[in-house]
Amino acid sequence: MDQRLILVTLVGMMAVTYIPRLLPALTLSSRELPPVVVKWLSYVPTAVLSAMLVPSLLAPEGMINLSFDNLYLWVAIPTFAVAMFTRNFFGTVATGMGLVAAVRYFIT
Amino acid sequence: MESVMNSSRNKLNAVFISAVKQALPIVLGYLPVGFAYGVLARKAGLSIDNTVIMSLIVFAGSAQFIAVGLLASGASALSVIITTFIVNLRHLLMSAALSPYLKKWSKLQLAAFTFQLTDESFAVHSTRFSNGDTDKSETYLINCIAQLAWVGGTVLGIFSSTLITDVKPMGLDYALPAMFIALLIFQIKDKSHVIVGLVTGLLSTALALGGAGQWNVIIATLIGATLGVAISWTRD
Repeated sequence: MDQRLILVTLVGMMAVTYIPRLLPALTLSSRELPPVVVKWLSYVPTAVLSAMLVPSLLAPEGMINLSFDNLYLWVAIPTFAVAMFTRNFFGTVATGMGLVAAVRYFIT
Repeated sequence: MESVMNSSRNKLNAVFISAVKQALPIVLGYLPVGFAYGVLARKAGLSIDNTVIMSLIVFAGSAQFIAVGLLASGASALSVIITTFIVNLRHLLMSAALSPYLKKWSKLQLAAFTFQLTDESFAVHSTRFSNGDTDKSETYLINCIAQLAWVGGTVLGIFSSTLITDVKPMGLDYALPAMFIALLIFQIKDKSHVIVGLVTGLLSTALALGGAGQWNVIIATLIGATLGVAISWTRD
């Protein structure tokens, strides 16, 4: 592999990653947005988190898998419950990771 | 005078502790994932320097994995850059969603903040900001701790790349899904958010499996947020 060409590629990757991160904050934060746009933006966190999370639970290997060996899906149920009832960030993450580790250790 | 210094030092300590607490789940997620990236990048043939530089200047989890795979398969520089652009375009929506909270920030401050805007830091900051928690030093600290964990994980992965084959012990691979679950639940403010979350999640899955490639997150989010506005209109 030509490491100098890779370095050039990395600089290109930085540019195309940074510009979409920067531009909206730079251009939108200085102006008053119409209420409908603000409303729309208020749904983006919920939408984008679901859009990233749900495929990784339903199809962790790239195919829908609702069987019992889909650990990611079944562990998500108690993890969701802990998040809902405790509202504790760290406890939720620990529950998810702990259950995945426990199932792998004791069952599989 | 001394008491002023003491109280400002106490405030600094409080900010630091609070930032560490909020960044901790990100750190727990980034260390193993950064580690996995470091191992894979070295196995794919990237130099140590380039492996670390990517974590420093690109700092985008999934895109870094995809880029390593493409580079290993001999893809051209241009195709790697274009793929990275598409994979990371979702940050456009995240940056826009945070913008109403960033009115008092200077351009330079925004430039520094958004350089470290990732899925995970976005999730943390969108919850913080909507709770009125907008302290700048705390915001920067969370981002820096997160990137430190990402780069640190990368470096550990580089050193272990000759020893390690399995990167999934201890359920570490579930840190990020579990974190998304927590942050998603914290975003749910009323029933309309539940509907938006369910529809967007299923739509994104269908798009991903239906051949939308890396566009699934962006397309599903655009439709999902629009659905949210439509629901809130029919309510009013």
